[in-house]
Amino acid sequence: MTAGTLASARIGVITFPGTLDDRDASRAVRLAGGEPVSLWHADGDLQGVDAVVLPGGFSYGDYLRAGAISRFAPAMDALVDAAKGGMPVLGICNGFQVLTEAHLLPGSMVKNDHLHFVCREQVLSVENTSTAWTNQYRPGQHITIPLKNQDGQFVADDRTLDELEGEGRVVFRYQGWNPNGSRRDIAGITNARGNVVGLMPHPEHAVEAGFGPDGAAGPRSGTDGLGFFTSVLASLVSA
Amino acid sequence: MGRVVVEVMPKPEILDPQGKAVVGALPRLGFTQFSGVRQGKRFELEVDGDVTPEVLAAAQQAAETLLSNPVIEDVVRVADAATDAAGTITAEGVA
Repeated sequence: MTAGTLASARIGVITFPGTLDDRDASRAVRLAGGEPVSLWHADGDLQGVDAVVLPGGFSYGDYLRAGAISRFAPAMDALVDAAKGGMPVLGICNGFQVLTEAHLLPGSMVKNDHLHFVCREQVLSVENTSTAWTNQYRPGQHITIPLKNQDGQFVADDRTLDELEGEGRVVFRYQGWNPNGSRRDIAGITNARGNVVGLMPHPEHAVEAGFGPDGAAGPRSGTDGLGFFTSVLASLVSA
Repeated sequence: MGRVVVEVMPKPEILDPQGKAVVGALPRLGFTQFSGVRQGKRFELEVDGDVTPEVLAAAQQAAETLLSNPVIEDVVRVADAATDAAGTITAEGVA
């Protein structure tokens, strides 16, 4: 894609039964300058989109395990193929859980160590700025975006964790407080290629002043999540 | 009609927050004998005919691909509910 076609970058947002944050994700894409395309889980046609966001929520009511049933949706078969071909994919919260169940990202999420649902404005450090979804951030930059989940504790065996650390695939780490017991404070990771990123916190809820977390410019002024969506547009331009 | 029982448990090295909450509640009812609880899942898969070795093998496959996530859980039992007949559970599954 060339710079001239940036405005027509089409970012798909998949809705499953029980998805909550698809509208906010679409809005974030639009505010960043892309064109959101609504995709339905039962449709195996990704409509030629340039990238896909798997939004948060409770797909299939988190039955069995969070993300476990969504993984087998027809749209996911198409998504797994496209992701393996290099298409940028972002999984947020439940979307991250779906990506691990689909084996596009390693590890898994279990119930928060304190057993409570947590909803807060969370500080993260951006540890890898070469992914399709983080290239507009500075290495080590601290960002504040909302976090809200029940099953947010990232777990993997030590070998997998060492591999993620060694290859620079830990993209986000919780700062200040680990809100769910995640191994090594990991909030988000990427695949080896850097096109698939998953995280528990919600960048799509911090994209417009007046509706985001508290920021330096005042209450609800934070827009630290917008960089995810401008990053993917930039990566599509340079691709 | 036959029935296959599949049991899935969190891996020993994975902290089981639900089990921890339960073990914390037991002494409040006077149950002071129990020092640990782990909470798993039991599935009952119904078939129209008998539970044949092929049905058990299919249940094992379903247990490993959908009913459990090998990153966080182990399949600890796949058995015919009526006879309790199960294969030998190995690291690779039911032989």
